[in-house]
This record gives sequence, structure tokens and C-alpha cells, in this order.
Amino acid sequence: MNLGGPIDKLRFLSARSSSRIRSCEERNGYRKSQLIERKLVGRALEPSEKSEQELVQRLKDKDPAAFEIFVRAHAGSMLAVARRIVRDETIAEDCVQEALLSVYRNIEKFEGRSALGSWVHQITVNAALNQLKKQKGRKELSLDPLLPMFDDGSLRVEPRVQVDQTPEDIVGNEKLRKYVLEQIESLPDPFRVVLILRDIEGFSTSEVADFLGDTVAAIKTRLHRARSALKKLLEPIWSEDR
Amino acid sequence: MAAIIRSLRSGCYQNLPGMITCVEFEDFILDYLEGSLPKRQRIIFEIHLAVCRECRDYLTAYKKTIELGKRIFEGTNASVPESVPEDLIAAVLAARSSAE
Repeated sequence: MNLGGPIDKLRFLSARSSSRIRSCEERNGYRKSQLIERKLVGRALEPSEKSEQELVQRLKDKDPAAFEIFVRAHAGSMLAVARRIVRDETIAEDCVQEALLSVYRNIEKFEGRSALGSWVHQITVNAALNQLKKQKGRKELSLDPLLPMFDDGSLRVEPRVQVDQTPEDIVGNEKLRKYVLEQIESLPDPFRVVLILRDIEGFSTSEVADFLGDTVAAIKTRLHRARSALKKLLEPIWSEDR
Repeated sequence: MAAIIRSLRSGCYQNLPGMITCVEFEDFILDYLEGSLPKRQRIIFEIHLAVCRECRDYLTAYKKTIELGKRIFEGTNASVPESVPEDLIAAVLAARSSAE
């Protein structure tokens, strides 16, 4: 196969924009179905389609008992989502309260195109992001020393990382698990939030861009930098000889 | 000697057809992992991956990091289901009543 000369290389390099737009479109389709099946929130109640429709109708009818059922079914997962974003128990509870009341007030707008849990998930994320904006700035580590380095010849300059352990090994080790959570928390908010929304909450890049009022390209750059920085921070845990 | 080899590698990556540098490789990692690189670009990316040990190691650790990030919240009290403070539920229900 002819991989081409400079022209092909130029095409390759100039295809960034179009491939990124295409990838976003393709991912949207994939991610939306993933969103509906999302475990984090939608599984809390595990309703059948019919029972969910009934619950939604009762919520639209402002039935207090239905609201309590809804609150008890969803508040736990909503609290988990809010905690991951705001990192403070009291503020996370405020987010959940705000989000639950928002659901109650806006249930008429829920058209049933996605699962109720997915809709609630998005409302919770919005509430948490609003709370995060109100928080005072905290001292954050600088990302620059954690990003990949290259020499004058555009070659990567990286110490070799020995990967002996699997993610399962690390998740199963309480001390290492805590270390990983601390490293994620240490990332500057603009990067940490993108990482959480994209990799952990499972939203697509364009959904994250909508949440944060940013462009898809900017979100992709931040996601890559967040992952790169986290990779660097986690390097010590992969080797058994650490 | 190592410096000469690096210089030769750099020259190859920058000048040979179908080759990209580590910096260019870096720019495409996200799209590659999401399967959104067009075929030709993916092949060029994979050629670099095959010849550059540093980028290969980097990508392995990068992918493990993503996987670990996804899994770290599983099976902890940060995932569902979890108990919700009763006072939170009471506060929400009370706020709903007063909002009527």
C-alpha cells in the first residue's frame, strides 16, 4: 500500500478538523445510546418502561407520593454524581436538593425521548457545575510539568513506565485506590471536570461542551491534557517495585 | 551514540513519506482511541506506533490510565446504590411542599 509522500502527509495533518467533526458526530450517535443505558443513574430504580411512564405521569400530576418514590429512587445516585464534581458532602447535598426540585418544577418539559434517569443525570450535573462555579478558587497544581515532553527533534522524552499491575489490581487495593482518587481530585477544576464528565459520567464530548459552554475542540484539548497529567501522576503505582 | 540515533530517528519521522513525529502522534491520540481517525491517517498513526517505543509505552500507560479512571469509582461508596441521609430527603420533600 502506498502511504504517500508529502502530499499525503499534508492531507493527514490537514484532516484534523474534519476528522474531529466526524468523530464527534459518530460518537454522538454511539454515546446517546450509551447514555440511555447508563448505569450511574438510570439503574437506580430499574423501572420498566411502563412503570417509568406511570411515574412520570404521576410526577406531572404533582402527586406527592410519586415525588417521594422518585426522590428515594434517584437521590443516592444523584448524590454520587454531585460528590464527584463538587468534592464536598454538604455542597453535594445542596446540589441534589436543587436538582430534585428542578426535576419537580420542570417535569412537564420531560418528553420521554431518553430515560428519566439520563435526564435527571444531566440536571444533577448542571446543578453541580453551578455550585462549582460559586466555590472559591483553591490552590491547584500546575499541569505543565505533567504534560508530555518532546526534544528539539519532536521526539518524545519520557522515562519508561513499567506497567506490571492491572487496573483491577489497583482498584482492589484500598491504599492505591485512595491514591488514585486523590490524584484525580488534585487536577485543576477545568481539567478535572472534563475528565469526570467524559470518562466517568460517560457524556459525549459535545455534551460536555454544552454543559460547560465551550467548543468541542477546546474540550478535546482539555480532556487530552487531563488524561496526560493523570497518567503522569499515576506512574508510580503501575510498577510492583514502587 | 544515543544522540546520533535520536537525530536519525527524528530525521526519519520528519522527512520520510507516511511518517509522523511524536508531536504529531500526540495530536491524534484522542481521535485514534475513539476510532474516529480515517483509515489512511490511522495507518500512518499505527506505523509510528510500531516504530517508536516511547510512543508505544506512552499510549499503553495512557490507555491504562483511562481504564483505571473509569473503574476507580466502581464498588466504592461513590457509586450507586448508596444510602441517602434521611434529613436530605426530608428537606427535599419539605421544600417541595412549600414550593406548591
